[in-house]
Amino acid sequence: MQVTGAQALIKSLEMEGVEVMFGLPGGAILPVYDPILDSPIRHVLVRHEQGAGHMAEGYAMVTGRPGVAMVTSGPGATNIVTPLSNAYMDSTPLVVISGQVATASIGTDAFQECDITGVTMGITKHNWLVKDPADIPRVVAAAFHVATTGRPGPVLVDVPKDVSNATLEWYWPASEEDLDLPGYHPCRSGDPELVRRAAELLMAAERPVIYAGGGILKARAVEGLRELAERTGIPVVTTLMARGAFSDSHPLCLGMPGMHGNYTAVTAMQRADLLVALGARFDDRVTGKVDAFAPGARVVHVDVDPAELGKVRKPDVGIAGDCRLVVDELLEALDSLGLGHDPSAAGGTTGARARPGTRAASRPDLSGWWAQLHRWQQDFPLHYDRSAEGPLKPQLVVETLRDLCPEDTIVVAGVGQHQMWASQWWRFDHPYTWVNSGGAGTMGFAVPAAVGAKVGRPDRTVWAIDGDGCFQMTAQELVTASAERIPVKVAILNNAYLGMVRQWQEMFYEERYSEVYLSPDLPDYVKWAEAMGCVGIRAEAPEEVVPAIEEANAVDDRPVVVDFRTDAFEKVFPMVPAGTSNDAIQVHPDQQEALEKSRRGMA
Amino acid sequence: MRHHILSVLVENKAGVLARIAGLFSRRGFNIYSLAVAPTDEGERLSRITIVVDVEPASLEQVVRQLDKLVNVVAISHLSPSEAVERELLLATVAATMTERSQVIELVDVFGGEVVNVGGDQLTVMLAGPPDTLDDFEALLASFRVAGLQRTGRVALPKLGRRAARARPIPGRAG
Repeated sequence: MQVTGAQALIKSLEMEGVEVMFGLPGGAILPVYDPILDSPIRHVLVRHEQGAGHMAEGYAMVTGRPGVAMVTSGPGATNIVTPLSNAYMDSTPLVVISGQVATASIGTDAFQECDITGVTMGITKHNWLVKDPADIPRVVAAAFHVATTGRPGPVLVDVPKDVSNATLEWYWPASEEDLDLPGYHPCRSGDPELVRRAAELLMAAERPVIYAGGGILKARAVEGLRELAERTGIPVVTTLMARGAFSDSHPLCLGMPGMHGNYTAVTAMQRADLLVALGARFDDRVTGKVDAFAPGARVVHVDVDPAELGKVRKPDVGIAGDCRLVVDELLEALDSLGLGHDPSAAGGTTGARARPGTRAASRPDLSGWWAQLHRWQQDFPLHYDRSAEGPLKPQLVVETLRDLCPEDTIVVAGVGQHQMWASQWWRFDHPYTWVNSGGAGTMGFAVPAAVGAKVGRPDRTVWAIDGDGCFQMTAQELVTASAERIPVKVAILNNAYLGMVRQWQEMFYEERYSEVYLSPDLPDYVKWAEAMGCVGIRAEAPEEVVPAIEEANAVDDRPVVVDFRTDAFEKVFPMVPAGTSNDAIQVHPDQQEALEKSRRGMA
Repeated sequence: MRHHILSVLVENKAGVLARIAGLFSRRGFNIYSLAVAPTDEGERLSRITIVVDVEPASLEQVVRQLDKLVNVVAISHLSPSEAVERELLLATVAATMTERSQVIELVDVFGGEVVNVGGDQLTVMLAGPPDTLDDFEALLASFRVAGLQRTGRVALPKLGRRAARARPIPGRAG
C-alpha cells in the first residue's frame, strides 16, 4: 500500500496506540496535519508549543504512557525545547514530532529553519532527522521504544516537509530487531550476586532508610516497595519525584527529604547507617552539601541507568536494573536469608519477624531507631502559624483543598514556594497523583501539565496548585482547556511575589528585594480567568477558603481558577540553605529554639 | 592523572560525532585527541579512538554516559599498557643547504620519511608510538618548524590478553 510520509507518520502513531496528541500546526508540518482529520487520534490544539510539551508530560506522568506532541519547524520546535529539557530531567517519556524545512533547503537558513536535532541533542534521550520517507514507520517505532524503555525520557523526530509529502510502501516493524538500534540495550534485572549483598546489608543495618525516588513510579514498583518496607520495617522517605510512591498515611512513611523536606526525613538520612536508594539520583536538592550527606551511611543504589551509580555518591552496592525487577529480586533474596513475609508484621514499626517455619532471621532490632524517628516527628513536625489573625496562609489553602477533595485527586504544581507547600501539606496516598517539575524547575509547568493530566485521567479531579508568577507564564493554555472542554481547576497561591526568590533575598541577601514584586491584582486573575472561558473565584480571608473551594469543586463543565490572596511574607520551612550540610536544617521559627536546644543537648 | 584510550564503536550515521563531542563538553570531560574512521561491516560502523585525561572514577562516568548514547554500539577501555597505539606526524621544517642533511639524518634515525622537498623546506613524516613521536617532535624543535600536525592516536588491544572491556556493566541484560 502506497502512502505519503505524512500518512505513514500518523498511521505509525496509531500503531503505537496513541490516543491523544498535543500540538500546533505550521508551514513545515502542514502535510502531517492533513491526515489527522481522518485519524481517530484526538488532537488538542494548544496556544503555545510549550503548552503542548508540558501537556504531553502531564499526560505521561499520570498514565504511564508516552506523551505525544507535534510542532512545526523553527520557532515551533524551539518553543518545545523547555518541555524536552524538563522531561529529560524528570525521565518522562515524551515523543515530539517536529516539522523541518525541505531536505534541499536544510543548511541554507531557509524560512523557519532551525537545526532542532542539534539544539535538542543534549536534552533528549535520542533524536532523529528523517531523510528517507521509507524510514518513517521504523523511526517512529524506534522513538517510542527508546522513550519508554530503560530510563524513560523524551525523544524528538524531525521530519522535513518533502519527506512528509513523498510516498512509501507502508510497513510496520515486526519486532525490536527491525528497529535498527544496535547500540541500545536498556538494563532489566539486577545482578543476583549484587542483590544478595544488598539484602545482607539490609539485614545487618541498625538505622536503615529507604530513599525512594521517581524511578519507583517509572518502573511501576509501588507494590514491591510497600512489600519491602513492610517486611523489613524500614522507614521510607519519598523524594519530590516520588510523592505518592509510598503512601503518606503509612506508618513507615517519613515523607519528603531534601532542601524543604521535613525534619525527620532529612535527619533520618543524615543519621542512617544504610541508605537504600531505589530509583533516586542523589540530586543536590536532596543531598545538600554532598560531602556532608549521610556521612555514616553505607549505600545500596538501584537504578536502571548505570551512569547514575556513583555519579554523585559512590555506592557500596550499586545495582543497574529496573526497580520493579530488582525490588522483587531483593524480596526473594530476603526470603532466602530467612526474612519472609509475615502479614501480622505489616505496617509494624518495630521490625518484621521471620516467616513461620523458616530459620529465624537474626537482624538488629529497629525499635530504638523507630523510637528516635518518632521523637523527631513529635518534636519537629511540619508547622505554620494557624492563628486566625493576619493574612491567609498558603498552607491553610493547601490543607483545606486536600480535605475537601477526593483523596485520589491529581495535584499539579509549578515551581517555587507553592510547589513545596503542595508537596508538604497534601497527603499523597496514591501513586501517579502528583505531577510537578522536579529536576528542571520549570516555572509555568502547572497549567498545561494539569490540562494534559486531565486529558489522561478524565475520571479524576485535577487541581493545579500554582503560584502567581508561574501562572502568568502559561495561563493561556486555559483557553485550550476551555475550548477543548477539559475542566481542570487552578488554585493560585497569589502572594504578589516571585515568592521563592523573595524568600532567598530575605534570608540570604539581607532583605534586598530585587525584581521580585509582581502585584496581587495586576492582572486581575478573576477577569482573566473569565476572559479565557473559565469560572473565576477570589478568596482573600481564611473564612472564604472553604466556600471558594466548594464552589470550584462543583464546576465540572469548564476550568476554574481560584485567586487565593495569600500572605506574601510566609516562607517555606524547613529549609536547608543551598550548599550547606543537611545538618544545618532550619525549621520553622516557632520551633527553631527547641531545635537549637536539642542540638546543644546532643553536643 | 593519566591518559586512557577509549575505543568506541559507533553507528556510522550523520551527527554521531557531534553527539559524542557534545556529551564530553556537556558533562565537563576533556578530549585529548580523537581519531575517527569507518571500520568493519562495510560502512555501517565507525571506530572512534578517544584519548581522555581523567581520574579512574571519572573515566567510569565517561564510559557509562557514552554508553547511553543510542548510536554507541560498544566501548572498549584500553589502558596504554594493554594497547598497541600508533600515531602519525607530518612536519614542514625549514632546511637550508646546511640544515637539510641534519634534518634528513634525524628523520632516518627515527625511521621516518621525507615526503616533500621544496627549495628551502622539507616535509617529513613519522608514524609510530605516540611517545616516539613526542621525542621526535622535541628534537625537531631545534630546527625551524613551519607547520606540524599529528593525527591523534589509534589503538587496538595487544594480542594474547583481552582488553578490559567497559561492557558488560554488572547488572546489564545480555
